[in-house]
This record gives sequence, C-alpha cells and structure tokens, in this order.
Amino acid sequence: MRPLLSVRTVSKRYGAHVGCTDVSFDLYPGEVMGIVGESGSGKSTLLNCMAGHLAPDAGEVVFDTRADGPKDTVTMLEPERRMLGRTDWAFVHQHPRDGLRMGVSAGGNVGERLMAVGARHYGDIRGNATDWLERVEIDAARVDDRPTTFSGGMQQRLQIARNLVTGPRLVFMDEPTGGLDVSVQARLLDLLRGLVRDMGLSAIIVTHDLAVVRLLADRLMVMKSGRVVEAGLTDQVLDDPQHPYSQLLVSSVLQV
Amino acid sequence: MISLTGVSKSFTLHNQGGAVIDVLSGVSFSVAEGECVALTGASGAGKSTLMRMVYGNYLTASGEIWVGDLELARAEPREVIQLRRETLGYVSQFLRVVPRVPTIDVVAEPLRAVGVAPEVAETRAQELLRQLNIPEGLWTLSPTTFSGGEQQRVNIARSFAFDYPAMLLDEPTASLDAANREIVLSLIEQAKARGAAIIGIFHDEAARKRICDREVDVSRFSPGMAA
Repeated sequence: MRPLLSVRTVSKRYGAHVGCTDVSFDLYPGEVMGIVGESGSGKSTLLNCMAGHLAPDAGEVVFDTRADGPKDTVTMLEPERRMLGRTDWAFVHQHPRDGLRMGVSAGGNVGERLMAVGARHYGDIRGNATDWLERVEIDAARVDDRPTTFSGGMQQRLQIARNLVTGPRLVFMDEPTGGLDVSVQARLLDLLRGLVRDMGLSAIIVTHDLAVVRLLADRLMVMKSGRVVEAGLTDQVLDDPQHPYSQLLVSSVLQV
Repeated sequence: MISLTGVSKSFTLHNQGGAVIDVLSGVSFSVAEGECVALTGASGAGKSTLMRMVYGNYLTASGEIWVGDLELARAEPREVIQLRRETLGYVSQFLRVVPRVPTIDVVAEPLRAVGVAPEVAETRAQELLRQLNIPEGLWTLSPTTFSGGEQQRVNIARSFAFDYPAMLLDEPTASLDAANREIVLSLIEQAKARGAAIIGIFHDEAARKRICDREVDVSRFSPGMAA
C-alpha cells in the first residue's frame, strides 16, 4: 500500500525562532494520526505546513493525488495546491469562525464548497447541504439561518459538514474539540469517529487533549520545542511512554 | 500461533530520578491453536505487563513476540492495528468507550471494523448481550453508567463478537457472579474449541484449572527490583 501523505524532513523557522524542525512520517489511507504537545511545541505550525497554509523552509510534503500519483505539494503550482484544498483536503479550524462564512446561511456555507468544485444545480446543492446538516445532527429547518445564530458546538458541526461535503480523502483538524464543553465534545467525537470509519478518511488531528487522541487516533506523535520526541501506536505511547517529556505529559493528566 | 523468544522489559522513569525497573527477562513460551496458557505469579510479577507487550501497547525491550505472521517488537503501528482488527482480541479489565455510544453499537463495533454488514453485526451483538444477561432495556444506553459487573460483561461481549484466532484475557471472570462466570467460561471453551490460541490471567483458581492447558509462572522471569 502506498502512503497517502509522506512528510520528509519538514522544517519551518520564524526568524531565529524554531517553528518545527526535521519532521518526517508516512500516513496511510484510513489512518488517523494525533499530534500532541504543549502550546508552542510546533504542532499547529507543522499542520499548516502540511495543509499548504504555510510554506516550509525545507522538506517535502508528498501527497498521493488522484490524477498524477505522489506529488510534492510544497513545490507544486499555487492553483494546483488550492484545487487540492477544495477537493481532496479539508481543514477544520479550532474556531468555527475561521472556517465558516458567518454572513452566509448554514446551507450556503455547505453549498459553497460544492459550487467550488463545479456543482451548479441549485436543487441538488440545497438537497446535499440539507442532507449533510442532518448527518452532523443540525436540524434541517435551520438551513437558512446564519451561523451567528448557532451555538459553538453547532458551529463546529457545521464547519465539519462544510469540509466533508466534497468527500475529501485527508482531513486536517486543529483542536477540533477545543473550547467546547465536555458533553458537546463527546457528541462531536462520536460523530467524527463514525464519519472517519464510514468514509474511510485519513486524518491528522492536532490537540493537547490526550483523551481525544486515545479515542480518535490510531497513531500518535509527541512534539516538544519543534521536534517529534516520540511516535508510535496511540495506546503504546500513552500506556508506555519512553521519552521524559511524554512521560511527564501522560502523568500530568488529571483523573476524573 | 503466539510465540515469545527471549523477551525482556524494563521501565525507565525519567521524572522520578531516572529509576530503572527491570520487570521481565528471558521470557520464552508459545501457545498453539486451540490451547489456553495461564500466566501465574504474585501480584506485580509482570503478568499484565507481559500481556500488554503481546497486545502491543507496551514496547518490548529485546526478544521477539510473534502473533500469527507478525513480529510485534518491530511492527509498524498500522500492522499492529490490522493485527488487532483481524487476529488478536483482548479482554481488558476496564471498558473504554466513546461516551454516548449505545451498548449494542459498542459490542457490534469489532464486527463492523472487519466489514460485516450492520444488520448481521447487530444480530450477533444482541445474541451475545442476551447470553450475558444484559437487560434488553440497557442496550440502547451508553455503558459508561453501568455497574462494574455489567461493564465487564459488555467488554466480554464485545471481545467475543468477532472470532479472533488469538485472544488475551486479563481476569475475564473478576467481578462476575457465579451464573455469569459460568457463561463466560463456556464462551472461552467455545473459542478454544474453534481453535483460538489463548493467553489468560485468572485469579480464580477453579476457572484456571478448568480452562487452561498449561501454566507459565511469570515470577521466574522477573529479575527483581533494581535501583
């Protein structure tokens, strides 16, 4: 089997400050990988480099494209990378406001992604959007309401619907459950797990919540000061951490 | 089916003065198809540690652990995940689930994961829950609020939903009453009869005598505590 995404020695600096350095891994189709680490450890920088939002200073991000097979997305032309961003990739932001258009109705938010890949039939777009609202457990009667009238949890689910409607193969998530209260978190986790399994998605999830990665991720990378200090099977890294920092991270979790 | 050669394990506690604890060394034994081997030894001897190494959630310091065609000490995460999905089942002492997911789906999930149709998986899950005396009214509720014994039985139902060729059982009969214990033991006997290779930890001596063909005393592999 060929990896869907191959990251090779990716580094990104902000002047003298290190964002992330020398990160390499392969992600296979259907795999969910978690990236954990404290604030400032370079998780989000790495995620943005992979998703094409930031240009890494060095390294390759090779994505297995549908048309031409593996291609380095760092050196590919901007229009081609943007096309990937609309079709095969999805990006779920921590704050729904960053991923939604707040002045457009819920249905419009979902439909916009469809139109970006060529859908033109209004009835089909609206039907598809309504269907997705229901899949993420938003009442179809709210299709014409703006996201500003939604709760935080609903906005996050709307953002997920907007991202998944085009059937992406790889989803990047930056703290998808951050800022939500725990009951809403549980619902969102359950939803994400079902979608990942049913659609055969691959996903990379950045979070600082170890409980979230245990439930969602097959594999885990632990980052500190821009470097990957430990990587492996999620329950192995959490149950038998090897690096001093991973041990500290795991032992610092409060028991409920 | 399962074979261990010269396996050792130590823990290094970096945040507690770098203390190194040697837990196991030189572990070698194997389990054939249709055979059940019990791990014995005092509490702290390393029975659960050894079992977790076979499951892959503890790393192996040296030696080889083979389950079917896969050597775990050097396997890639995705190979271990595939092994757990298709070959190796594990009954842990604790049930870990996504909150809000109904019991029936928790039990059916291992079948769904190998591509069994939803209706077929659900029928099998209902069968097991009925067999393990989980009241039907609870099936649509999440098991997170169940009693200890009920959670244990949900855990067992889930682990026996798919016919794994190899199984690890960590105290499957703990916290069960006599009637349910009997049902679980007969499930294990059925699994043996269909050819599953089983490693088990049973504090319940009568259960161990009845189910297990051999015993491996783990304490003879422990080098003792070192500073």
